[in-house]
Amino acid sequence: MVSPSVFRILRAAALAALLLPVAAQANEGMRLQPAPINSHDVASLQNGAKLFVNYCLNCHSAGYMRYNRLRDIGLTEQQIRDNLIFTGVKVGELMHVAMDKKDAKEWFGAPPPDLTVITRSRSSGAGSGADWVYSYLRGFYRDSGRPTGWNNLVFENVGMPHVLWQLSGQNTLEKKVFERHEEAEAAFIAAKTLARLDKVNESGSDGKMTTHYVLNSIVPGKGTMSGVDYDKAVVDLVNYLDYMGEPARLLRRQIGIYALLVLGLLFIFAFALKKAYWKDVH
Amino acid sequence: MAAAEKQPVIITCAGPLNGVASGLLTWVDQRFPLMSSWRDHLAEYYAPKNFNFWYYFGSLAMFVLVLQIVTGIFLTMNYKPDATQAFASVEYIMRDVWGGWIIRYLHSTGASAFFICVYLHMFRGLMYGSYRKPRELVWIFGMLIYLCLMAEAFFGYLLPWGQMSYWGAQVIINLFASVPVIGPDLSEWIRGDFVVSDATLNRFFAFHVIAIPLVLLGLVAAHILALHEVGSNNPDGVEIKANKGADGHPVDGIPFHPYYTVKDTLGVVVFLMVFSIIMFFLPEGGGYFLEYNNFIPADPLKTPPHIAPVWYFTPFYSILRAVPPMFNSQFPGVIAMGVSTLIFFLLPWLDRSPVKSIRYKGPLFRAALTIFVVVFLILGYLGTEPTNVWGQFGAWLGNADRATVVARIGTIVYFLFFVLMPWYSTIDKCKPVPERVTW
Repeated sequence: MVSPSVFRILRAAALAALLLPVAAQANEGMRLQPAPINSHDVASLQNGAKLFVNYCLNCHSAGYMRYNRLRDIGLTEQQIRDNLIFTGVKVGELMHVAMDKKDAKEWFGAPPPDLTVITRSRSSGAGSGADWVYSYLRGFYRDSGRPTGWNNLVFENVGMPHVLWQLSGQNTLEKKVFERHEEAEAAFIAAKTLARLDKVNESGSDGKMTTHYVLNSIVPGKGTMSGVDYDKAVVDLVNYLDYMGEPARLLRRQIGIYALLVLGLLFIFAFALKKAYWKDVH
Repeated sequence: MAAAEKQPVIITCAGPLNGVASGLLTWVDQRFPLMSSWRDHLAEYYAPKNFNFWYYFGSLAMFVLVLQIVTGIFLTMNYKPDATQAFASVEYIMRDVWGGWIIRYLHSTGASAFFICVYLHMFRGLMYGSYRKPRELVWIFGMLIYLCLMAEAFFGYLLPWGQMSYWGAQVIINLFASVPVIGPDLSEWIRGDFVVSDATLNRFFAFHVIAIPLVLLGLVAAHILALHEVGSNNPDGVEIKANKGADGHPVDGIPFHPYYTVKDTLGVVVFLMVFSIIMFFLPEGGGYFLEYNNFIPADPLKTPPHIAPVWYFTPFYSILRAVPPMFNSQFPGVIAMGVSTLIFFLLPWLDRSPVKSIRYKGPLFRAALTIFVVVFLILGYLGTEPTNVWGQFGAWLGNADRATVVARIGTIVYFLFFVLMPWYSTIDKCKPVPERVTW
């Protein structure tokens, strides 16, 4: 039915579309670590919610999320009231914070962003928003040059201090300099903790440009949690944030499957109907 | 008295109608052209029998239009066109309104689906010469619909009041500021304020939910009336009306209803399957249908590092960026962008080929159309990325951004497709067109 010339046009167009993103890939910089979250893991989501209200909800709001929505993750309203609400607000209310925006700006340089849809807004070509937050929460290190005493590998010079430092310990940053790109790349791939590879162009005293590579990696400190346990706690927290970004997601996928099944059935009828009507068209 | 009475209209309709229904129909028909409209536009509108895959997208575009209007009505019930509440009201719809997330995703995915259908519909017209005489007005109405659709999408995109909404609108409105002499006043008049603000949001809401949709519906009616006046083109570009049978109907034509109504129903079902896969499983469309930055509430004090319009505007945005400023003004780029959309209006008169359809056009036109499609896609891709996405050329080209150079070449090729068309379509070696449609 479709003429060959059309196919030729489409083929050329498809080829062009396929090749474009490949050409756009860059290789230096931050590589986000994929967050090993499971949105069906209710225990992880509940633990994440607990961490969230204990550690995040003091400065960050989740102003579009209601406490009683947490029934989604297997909690009763009574459990939510008893374990997750500290401010005496009603269970049907939104997760606001009492901190004044002006104060927050003075203390941190910028008011802490609302976290309701943080994993959605932090998505990018480099990874999902969950990957970003997962890497970010493991990217804090001691930096005496910063007002808070903390810096972050993922979000450089961030205003936020390392809130979970008692759990993770005081991480530090290790810098290794490489002359050759291959060596730097190999060390980058082999890095066991979160790392970032920077390409540095410098002009020496003779005015000549030289290039070297700096591998920044996190050296874990000693906290109340072991490294593995801390990572697991972060996974739970990120899992919760990811859920909170779109509470209807699991339902959405479920309905999607039913919708496709119904449409599949409808397709059979629509196809048969078309065939029946068109059999006398020659 | 009895002699003066009108003869009752004899209704031929599938299935027996009982006395009451038939009487009611007669009563209506004596007062309103119900049955004649039914006949003229559906039951006895003869369409060529050889429509192929590409002919689904007209009816699909209309289906999406209805979808957008219906979901839009429901969104309006909970959305708040207020700068302090807009973002939160969208999240309220996503979370607290029963079924709100389905309505919202239907609408946001529908916007992209609308453009996909319309672009493919226009491409069909380009391939089969559907804009040629006597269908110039069909094409012009269609182009007006396309312009309205762009306006509709632009106004609608501000409403979620995210960072991309805000800064996208800021960038586009600032384009008007580059108009010589009246520019700054003009852009201020559009915004209703010195910056994009609550006033802007309110008027954009008014345009999005009533003004443009009204015009859009009127134009769609005109588009279809004009089409049914001259009859549909087909993949062979043969006029089926030139070949009528003894019954006065085109030999190669079949009644739109039931043949194309059942066929288009099948099309709608398949479309809905693809649509559902995106809507239920990939509603963000990889950041192309819902941009990630738009999940951050609009902040007039914080410009995002990279502002990109939604994908359906990006070919034209690329053209805008590709044109270098002249005399310290962006205006030439704005003109180029405007012309790049308006130039489609001229197609009926730019194409001088003796044949309509690409099936019988020669290698020159085929090559030109292929190159045009590739360039359109490349420009579209580049418009979504910052200009340094492909790095820079060496010093031999003044360290120019590769993507900018490619976009400039693409822009030139884009316009050459139209400007050279009278020439290459005339000298092209066309094939003989058959008497009847092929099947």
